[in-house]
Amino acid sequence: MTYPENFRYTKEHEWVRVEGDLGVIGITNHAQQELGDIVYVDLPKPGTVVEQGKSLGSVESVKAVSDIYSPVSGEVVEVNESLGQSPEQLNQDPHGTAWLVKIRLSAPDQLKGLLSAADYQAYVGAES
Amino acid sequence: MVQSVCLKRTPLHVAHVSLGARMVDFGGWEMPVQYSGIVDEHLTVRRAVGLFDVSHMGEIEVRGPEALRLVDCVTTNAVSKLHVGQAQYSGLLYEHGGFVDDILVHKVADDHFFLCVNASNQEKDFEHIRRANRFNAQVEFASDRYAQLAVQGPLALRTLAKLTAVDLASIGYYWFTDGAVSGVQARIARTGYTGEDGFEIYVAPAEALRIWQELLEAGAEFGIKPCGLGARNTLRLEAKMALYGHEIHASITPYEADLGWIVKLDKGEFIGRSALARQKEQGVRRKLVGFEMRGRGIGRDGYEVRLDGSPAGWVTSGSPSPSLNRNIGLCYLPACEARPGRRLEVMVRNQPVEAETVATPFYKRAKTA
Repeated sequence: MTYPENFRYTKEHEWVRVEGDLGVIGITNHAQQELGDIVYVDLPKPGTVVEQGKSLGSVESVKAVSDIYSPVSGEVVEVNESLGQSPEQLNQDPHGTAWLVKIRLSAPDQLKGLLSAADYQAYVGAES
Repeated sequence: MVQSVCLKRTPLHVAHVSLGARMVDFGGWEMPVQYSGIVDEHLTVRRAVGLFDVSHMGEIEVRGPEALRLVDCVTTNAVSKLHVGQAQYSGLLYEHGGFVDDILVHKVADDHFFLCVNASNQEKDFEHIRRANRFNAQVEFASDRYAQLAVQGPLALRTLAKLTAVDLASIGYYWFTDGAVSGVQARIARTGYTGEDGFEIYVAPAEALRIWQELLEAGAEFGIKPCGLGARNTLRLEAKMALYGHEIHASITPYEADLGWIVKLDKGEFIGRSALARQKEQGVRRKLVGFEMRGRGIGRDGYEVRLDGSPAGWVTSGSPSPSLNRNIGLCYLPACEARPGRRLEVMVRNQPVEAETVATPFYKRAKTA
């Protein structure tokens, strides 16, 4: 799978895509591959203020639990509720339908410090 | 993932990599944790057949006229009851009654026993047995001479039958025979760590890759899949088979681990016997029991267990059960509370989540004729 050029990435395997003044956040294909079959997703409620690099929630696979770290700071305005019923979407379409939350960006400059698709691809190696 | 350069590899490493397996460090071995996915592999073993590389497991051979006396002295089960060609699950204990390891004892001949031991314990086990050898027995560390493949599932027999003339159906559960598998000498045991029918095959490392590939070809019509340690763990947990380092370790005795059936106090002296006899008389204080989560969450290894709000024990293994679609686990509780139907709470990342003790095994295969 190729990593979308219009996303920015973290070394903790999250992505963010800008939609106006919002950042749409998800986990990368590499992350879902490492986790394997995902069974639970815990996300914050709308209105929660999150900080870049701090825990945004967690994903749990058959094998293990993993924290999700927010790639940017801001207020959560929307949560992908469909993941509660069908967390397996994260294994199937991590860059698309299985986005996690939308955040109103409080510090858009943070995006510049994140990895480009090419940098992230190089970081995780040829395997993904 | 950080890869250490000193991880040991099995003869099948190249096959795992070419199959796209995710490799992990498992007790110093670079092993496949999954290929197609844990749930998919798990269900394939329950419904059809799966193939596991378990070459990391250790082998120790004990030979000589007093081999029986040595093996009987270091293990809890009654070795003298074994017939040639029979295998036995057993415990290797310290004097204080805690586990050195859990092992399989195979009686190859009256003066030859073949022990299959856990990968990460093999050197420790060998030293333990060697030190106990005040008998005229030869103890050989034989892990380098064996690769091990596990063919597991209801269609394991039909898969393996294509590669051997040995009458597999005549091998009873926990029996084994030596015979040719795709033309080379092998030890074929009807044993496993999945709760399904199946076979564990011991072969020379140089032959393992070819046999692995031939088994995958033979099982193709049945939907065989390579399976990793992830599925091996969920399968054994559903069957309530102990995993060293989790349910059992140096501070746990067989009685606590609900493995009293592998302890034969009346067989005579063995290492750990007096501690176990004392514990049997006094009764155990804690006991392993199964649980199912009632609230949303998974109780995982090391999580605290509470009864009526107070810390009372710990989870040894926990996972979603692919066969049952429930979150299951094993935990230690005070013995007086270790009965099915007891409400408890598992502390899942600092939040108490409701659970309940249940009868085990969680999964038991239907008996076939």
